[in-house]
Amino acid sequence: MTAQEERPAAIEASRIEKSFGGVRALAGASFSAVAGEVHALVGENGAGKSTLIRVIGGRLRPDGGAVRLKGQALDFGRPDAANALGAWTVFQELTLFPWMTVAENLLLGREPRGRLGLIETRRMEERAEEVLAGLGITHIDPRALVEDIALAERQIVEIVRVITRDPSILLLDEPTSSLVEREVEWLFERIGELRARGAAIIFTSHRWNEVKSIADRITVFRNGAEVGTYAELPEDEAVRLMTGQRMETLFPKPPPLPATEKVLELNGLSGPGVDKVSLSLHKGEVLGVGGLAGHGHRQLFFMLFGAEKPGGGTIAVENKIVRIRSPREAVRCGVGLALVPEDRKTEGLLLEMSVRENLTLSVLRRVSRAGIIRPAAESDAARRMIERLQIRAQGPGSRVGTLSGGNQQKVLLGRWLLADCHIMLLYDVTRGVDVATKHELYELIMRLAREGRSILFYSSDAEELARLSHRVLVMREGRIAAELSGDELSAETIVAAALRDSVAA
Amino acid sequence: MPRDAARRLRRSRSSHRLGQNAGLILVCLLLAACILGYCAIFHVSQQRFPGSFELTSTVNNTMPLAMAALGQTIVVVTRGLDLSVGGIIDLTNAIAAVAMGESAASMVGWTVAVLAIGAGLGLINGLLVGVGRLQPILVTLATLSIFQGLAIWVLPQPGGAIPPAYSDVLANGDYPVSLFYVVLAALLWHAFRRSALGVAIFAIGNDEQAAAANGIRLVRTKILAYVLGGMFAAAGGLFLAATATAGDATTGNGYTLTSIVAVVLGGVSLFGGRGSATGSLLGAFVITMIVNLLFFAHIDPLYQAFYEGLFLIIAVIASTGVGSYFRRRG
Repeated sequence: MTAQEERPAAIEASRIEKSFGGVRALAGASFSAVAGEVHALVGENGAGKSTLIRVIGGRLRPDGGAVRLKGQALDFGRPDAANALGAWTVFQELTLFPWMTVAENLLLGREPRGRLGLIETRRMEERAEEVLAGLGITHIDPRALVEDIALAERQIVEIVRVITRDPSILLLDEPTSSLVEREVEWLFERIGELRARGAAIIFTSHRWNEVKSIADRITVFRNGAEVGTYAELPEDEAVRLMTGQRMETLFPKPPPLPATEKVLELNGLSGPGVDKVSLSLHKGEVLGVGGLAGHGHRQLFFMLFGAEKPGGGTIAVENKIVRIRSPREAVRCGVGLALVPEDRKTEGLLLEMSVRENLTLSVLRRVSRAGIIRPAAESDAARRMIERLQIRAQGPGSRVGTLSGGNQQKVLLGRWLLADCHIMLLYDVTRGVDVATKHELYELIMRLAREGRSILFYSSDAEELARLSHRVLVMREGRIAAELSGDELSAETIVAAALRDSVAA
Repeated sequence: MPRDAARRLRRSRSSHRLGQNAGLILVCLLLAACILGYCAIFHVSQQRFPGSFELTSTVNNTMPLAMAALGQTIVVVTRGLDLSVGGIIDLTNAIAAVAMGESAASMVGWTVAVLAIGAGLGLINGLLVGVGRLQPILVTLATLSIFQGLAIWVLPQPGGAIPPAYSDVLANGDYPVSLFYVVLAALLWHAFRRSALGVAIFAIGNDEQAAAANGIRLVRTKILAYVLGGMFAAAGGLFLAATATAGDATTGNGYTLTSIVAVVLGGVSLFGGRGSATGSLLGAFVITMIVNLLFFAHIDPLYQAFYEGLFLIIAVIASTGVGSYFRRRG
C-alpha cells in the first residue's frame, strides 16, 4: 500500500461507457484519485481523457458506469451537482463571456450587491482586483473586456474563476496549452497550494515536462480505457504505453541537405514586433525558428504570409524581390502558411465545410470549367491529397470540424500542397496534437523537404525543433539572437539562447 | 509574466467606459447632429426656432417607438430578434381603444391588463424559442401575422376611444411630460443591467454554452427576455393609443422595423451580448428627428424610407469605426 491509497478517495469512477455516434470514446474506463494528490491523465487525443473529465465534472451524461465524489454518488450531466460536491472544472474551450469585463466574468453569480439587490459595479471591480492580486496577478485589468485581453490572460481568468470557488476536486483539461512558461509556473504554484490544502487535482497535458514536474501519479489512457496508474513513469515508457511505439522512432531524421539555391531571402524585415530580421532559406531545407512565445515569431510568419504589414526591409522569393500584401499574393508567390491558431476555431479552416472544400479552396480554378466547379475533378484532387497525407476522415465529404486537431493541420497542409506552394510556413503545427499524429506530421514534413520544398518551421517545443531542423534561428525581442546548427544544435542550446538576455533584463 | 504585459499601462476607469460605450457616445453625437440640423432647417422654413410645442410633439411621437426599442433591446441582447413587436403594438392598441373606460379604475385596470397581455404574447414567443428551440426570426415572423390578425378581429375599423384624461397623463399635448417616462425607462434599464436577470441575458448573448456552464438557466432566461420584450411593446401600444386618442389595428406595423433600426443606431449588437437600451432610446429619438428633418426639408414622404436606410448605413459604419478607434487608442 502506498501513501496515496491510505488517504480518503476523492474520485472513484468505475466502468464508464460513452459513445458519440458510432465512436466509443470511453470503453469501460475506471479511474480513482485521492485527496491531496495531483493526478495526471495522459494519452493520445481521442484516448478518452477529456471525455472522462467532462463526465466527472458533470458536463456529460455517460451511457453507463458510476462516479462517486468524496464517497457520494454523482448525479450525471449536471455541472451544479458536481459543483455542490466541490468539483470544479477548467475547460479546454474557454467559458468566458467576451463582451463582459474581467470582473463580471470572475464574479458572475456572486457579485457584491447593494440596495435593492443590484450589483455594485465599482465594488465588484475592486473585489476582482483583490482576488487577482491575492493570486499574484497584477497585469490583468478587471475593468477590461475579456475580448480585449490576450488568450493566455483569458485562460488565467478562467483558472482564477475556478480556484476562487475553493474546489476540493479540481479538474483541468489541457490548462497549459495556451500559457507560456512563466504562466505555467504560476499555475503550478496555485496547484501546489490547493494540494497542500488537501484538494485532488486532475489534469491532462500533452507536455511531458509538465506532467513529470507536478504529477504525484500518472494514469495512462488508451482507446477509451485506462492502461494503468503509475507513481513513476519514464517518458519513453509512457510513449510506449500511450501508443505502442518506441520513442526513438518518433523523430525522423532530416534528409541530407544538398548545396542548393536560396528560395527565400529576407533582408532587414521589420514591422510590429519584428526587428530587422535577415535570413535565407534554401531549397529542401527545414529551417527552424525558436524562442519564447511573444518574441516576434508569429508576426514574422504572418508578414511572410501577407496577413500583417511589414514596416521595412525586403522579401525575395527565388532572388526576385516581391511584395506580399495579402495571403492571396503569398500563395501566388508559392508561400503557404499552416498554423495552429491560438484560438483554433478562427484561422485558416472553414470548420463547417467539408474536407474536400477546404482542400480545394485555393485552387478552385483548377478544378473548374468556365467558373463552375467540376465535382469529379474536385473529389479526385481531394481524395488524392487525403491518401497522400493520410488524413483520417471518413471521406472527402466529412466536416472538417469533426476531425482531430492533427488531422485538421494535415488538411491545411494539403491545401497549400494543392496550391503548389514550395515554401511552407509551419507555425506550431504540432501543438496539442497527440504523439501518433505528431509522428505522421514529422514524416510528412521530411517528405516535403525531400521533394525539394523549403520549410520555415516554428515550434514551441525545442526538442522537436532540434530533432527536425537543419538549422535553427532563435528569436529574442523580434531579432534573430542566435543561429544553431550541427553539433551546437540541441533542445538545451535553443532554450539557453532564448533565455540568455531576457532573464537579465 | 511576459514583459510586454508588465509594461502595458493600466487604463483608467473612464478610459474603459469610453471604449466600451462607444456606441452610446456615437448615438449621442448623432442625436445632437440631428437636433442641430433640425433647428437649422426649421428656422429657415418657419423663421423661428422650435419651441415647447415642437419638443412636446416630438417626445410624444417617439414614445411608442422608444418603448418598442427598449423591449427589442432586451430580446436582441440574448441574440434573438422580435419581429412581432408591430403585431403586439397593433393588438394592445386595439384592445386599449375598445375596452378602456372613463373611470380611473378602468384606466389603471386596463393599463395593467394590457401590459399583462403584452407579456403573455411575449410568453408565447419565449416558449416557442426557449422550449421549442425554434429560430427567433421564424417564430416572431409567424406570431407577427397572428397578432396582427387578432388586432383586426378586435378592432375591424379604426375607432374606439381613449379617455382624454389618459392621453393627458401619457401624452400630454401642452407639456413634454413624456420626457419623464424616457428618464424612467433609462433608470429602469440601468437597474435591470445590474440585476441577476440582466446579467443572465447578457451572458446568454455572449455565449450560450458558457452561460450554461456557469449555471445560468437558458430556457427560463430566454422566455423572460421575450416576456419583457412583449410587455414593453404593449407599453408602446398604450402610448400610441394615448397619442392618437383612438385605436387603429394597423398603425403598429411599422414599429417592427423601426424598433430594430433604433436598436442598431443605439449601438446594440445584433449578434447579442452587448449594448445598452439607453442607446436604443436615443436611437428612437434619432429616427423621429430624421423624420422631422425630412418633413421640414420638404422631402416627399414617399422617399422617407430611402433616407432612413441611408442614415442607418452611415450610422452603422460610423459606430464600427468609432468603436474600434476608442478601444485601440486606450
